Amino acid sequence: MPSIRNFSIIAHIDHGKSTLADRLIQYAGLVSDRQFRDQMLDTMDIERERGITIKSQSVTLPYRSTAGEDYELNLIDTPGHVDFSYEVSRALASCEGVLLLVDASQGVEAQTVANLYAAMEHDLTIIPVINKIDLPSADIELAKEQIETELGLNSDDALLCSAKEGIGIQELLEAIVERIPPPKGSSDLPLSALIFDAHYDAFRGTIVSCRIFDGTLRPGDVIRLMYNDATYKVEEIGLFRIVREPRKELVAGSVGYLIAGIKTIGDVRVGDTVTLDEHPAPSPLPGFKEVKPVVFSSIYPISSDEYQSLSDALEKYKLNDASLVYQKDSSAALGQGFRCGFLGLLHLEIVQERLEREFDQAIIMTVPSVLYDFTLKDGTTLMVDNPTYYPDVLEIERCFEPFIKASILIPERYMGAVMKLCMERRGAESKFHYPTPGRIEMTLEMPLAEVVFDFYDRLKTVTQGYGSFDYELSGYRESDLVKLDILVNGEKVDALSLIVHRLRAREWGVQVCDRLKEEIPRHQFKIAIQGAIGGKIISRSTISPFRKDVTAKCYGGDITRKRKLLEKQKKGKARMKVVGMVTIPQTAFVAVLKTKNE
Amino acid sequence: MSDSRQLPGLYVHVPFCLSKCPYCDFTSITAPELIPAWLGALEKECRLRSGTFGLFDSLYVGGGTPSILQDRHLDRLVTALHRYFQFEDRSEVTIEVNPDDVCENRLELLLKLGFNRISLGVQSMQESELHFLGRRHTAEQTLRLLDTVRSAGFDRMSLDLIYGFSADPAVPHRILWEKTLERVLRFEPDHLSCYMMTFEGDTPFKRLFSEGKLAPPPEEEGEGLFLFTSELLEEHGFLHYEISNFACSPDAVCRHNQKYWDHTPYLGLGPSAHSFRDGARWWNTRSVPHYCETLERGSLPVEGFENLTEEQLQLERLFLGLRTRRGVDESLLVQRPGASPVLLKLLASGIVERRGSRIAPTRKGFLLADGLPLLF
Repeated sequence: MPSIRNFSIIAHIDHGKSTLADRLIQYAGLVSDRQFRDQMLDTMDIERERGITIKSQSVTLPYRSTAGEDYELNLIDTPGHVDFSYEVSRALASCEGVLLLVDASQGVEAQTVANLYAAMEHDLTIIPVINKIDLPSADIELAKEQIETELGLNSDDALLCSAKEGIGIQELLEAIVERIPPPKGSSDLPLSALIFDAHYDAFRGTIVSCRIFDGTLRPGDVIRLMYNDATYKVEEIGLFRIVREPRKELVAGSVGYLIAGIKTIGDVRVGDTVTLDEHPAPSPLPGFKEVKPVVFSSIYPISSDEYQSLSDALEKYKLNDASLVYQKDSSAALGQGFRCGFLGLLHLEIVQERLEREFDQAIIMTVPSVLYDFTLKDGTTLMVDNPTYYPDVLEIERCFEPFIKASILIPERYMGAVMKLCMERRGAESKFHYPTPGRIEMTLEMPLAEVVFDFYDRLKTVTQGYGSFDYELSGYRESDLVKLDILVNGEKVDALSLIVHRLRAREWGVQVCDRLKEEIPRHQFKIAIQGAIGGKIISRSTISPFRKDVTAKCYGGDITRKRKLLEKQKKGKARMKVVGMVTIPQTAFVAVLKTKNE
Repeated sequence: MSDSRQLPGLYVHVPFCLSKCPYCDFTSITAPELIPAWLGALEKECRLRSGTFGLFDSLYVGGGTPSILQDRHLDRLVTALHRYFQFEDRSEVTIEVNPDDVCENRLELLLKLGFNRISLGVQSMQESELHFLGRRHTAEQTLRLLDTVRSAGFDRMSLDLIYGFSADPAVPHRILWEKTLERVLRFEPDHLSCYMMTFEGDTPFKRLFSEGKLAPPPEEEGEGLFLFTSELLEEHGFLHYEISNFACSPDAVCRHNQKYWDHTPYLGLGPSAHSFRDGARWWNTRSVPHYCETLERGSLPVEGFENLTEEQLQLERLFLGLRTRRGVDESLLVQRPGASPVLLKLLASGIVERRGSRIAPTRKGFLLADGLPLLF
């Protein structure tokens, strides 16, 4: 029986995580060079396109050490964005160690630090790895110095490699088997396995990725998912070796998959514990939590008779993304839909894109909102994530909004631009720290609402891509909030309402009116777009009507040609939403919140 | 609802021209040597279609350029039509004529053959514009012909005009267009078809348009031209009864074209001609040789056929109706009883108006006709 090592690679974005994973897979000989493609573990189109990992994936690599011993190395690839921190935490909980990747030319970045803390929270063995040593701009000494000063690690432990060129891979694998401890746990104890991800397969149902902590799992076992006590009979277990490879048993310490005819996809939750129905573990593994979304938006089908189809798609989607929460919702303007909670704006965009691309749904997403807290005059509190439920102004005693502690790492020269951006976004209590000469780490308090929309994009723009950003929620603060309504031709479009700070209301109002003017096509009549607080109009824009939209000639008896054109146009229009009489393209609802990059 | 009280119309397509105009997308070839073969095929098509539509009350010989047919060809054509089809006594019998093909003698012949309405391809009364449009005739020729049409005995004379293009950047088109209208109005035509230039199909103008070398006037200018035309002609007593069509009195409305717009049955003969009856539409091949060969073999040259669903018929009724002054029955716009907000908005915006149980586009509505059917 080969010895097992479970590890993960953590890194700042672009520091070479996927490339290193690719190299390890190649080294282990799991795929032939012919089958090899870049980013082996990023299987979704969207992951490859955006160059980010969204799902946790694992792969079992066979390895014979220089000492001649056989190992099973389980590489658990983690998502690389702050939005997916819970999935990262479950993946890390399944490991005993991590490779902490530092780019030899970029040095330690904000996410390197954040990732290190996450790994330390799970008590993992940390192997610092300096990657991209082949680059001409590589500064290994500086990287080592940062590893000492900024990460507090011993730089003598750091390994040097170039994942791209395949340099130092052997040494890395040796360090994994030598330094990372083998998993503890006993195969004889009652089964206790951590679910760190799940995928849906149209033929096999739910495929659960899990790490066995104690006990042994075999086909035919009746398992129980401890969160909701659902039981299933195991059909197949095995290892991920790019393709699924069935096994007769998974013992304590292994990382693999199980298939148990789990059709009710809501039964699988990342972080839940799998045990045996007959001999259950005394308690579930620690760390399970209900994911708490921070950004909320409603999803509506463009055509109301697609509601059921959207409902099915969300249910299926949810299997692969435990972080998405949703419940039924309805809007005067958009009909029946779902109110969804997301981990962040990137998460929201991914859900939107995947629903459209993989599930072929034509959807509208409403303006995102955070979760506000209202204390009413009668002493009760009301949590509101949907502007529709903004309480009566006369009943509000105090309002609170969520704040974050933002940490921004930038080269010094962008200081002015970043400060300006942060002030625009109501940043306060900024503190500065100079980790290395020429670099500034800013920490400041900011309202989450100011960040969720497009702060990260704007930061990237003003720092020409050099700024990195991370945040944690720091609690609620009292705030002066108002509800900004948007009226299209005098009709309030509830799906466009948003809750904003009073001092920012006018600015938002102007922006939303301007963006809608660009997004809504011209109509046969004039369209007035207004921003209003209560009954007071604070901004407006006008879309002038068509003045001429006519084809002079109908071609004799050839009425068919003209009708076919109309039929095509009608189809196109079915993908837009008609509110009142105004046709609003689906893109408008989210676009209104994106400030333009001048 | 197809107006079954109306008698069907007969259309004959003459697919020949002496030269191709760069804007025209109608089926026509410059191969007059094929005229005898086409005529022979047409006679066969008449025989195959004989009796299928009953009594007609309109005949429209269009093209192409019907007036390039020689006298004996015209005679043969009309003879065949009368041999195989029956026409009501007071039928409207139209032929399209180019100003350079017809002299006084020819007009007499046309009258003798039974034509009682002439549709003259005037297009413009400005030499620079005629040249730009690739027309063979001159304004001078048109003037001469216009002088004789009435005296020759044609009561009904329709003129085809084109506007909304710029032949000469130095002179505003609006001025030339106004002059064209003034010049033709002196001859008191009873019907005018004023088409705003469009770039269609596989034409040289369309290619120039795609390459950015030719553009329609800016929207505001196009709107101005359209409104100016409509207002001027209405001041002269014309009825703007369809987007591009004007009649000096209700009787002067083109009976034949009206059938296309209200689902009255029509039979089309000749290459590319469309026919409609009982919710079905079919069309002949566009290729003249193919048309001839198919009929030579004794088969009908039908290339396409469609049975319209009730939904498609409704959509057609809607968009065709909204292109005419007659409008559509309100029930077509409002499925459920009660107020339709869209309709109210269009009424309030002066885009349509209510006339009894019908909703009709205004002048402003004509200008927006392409988008209106999509609102319902």
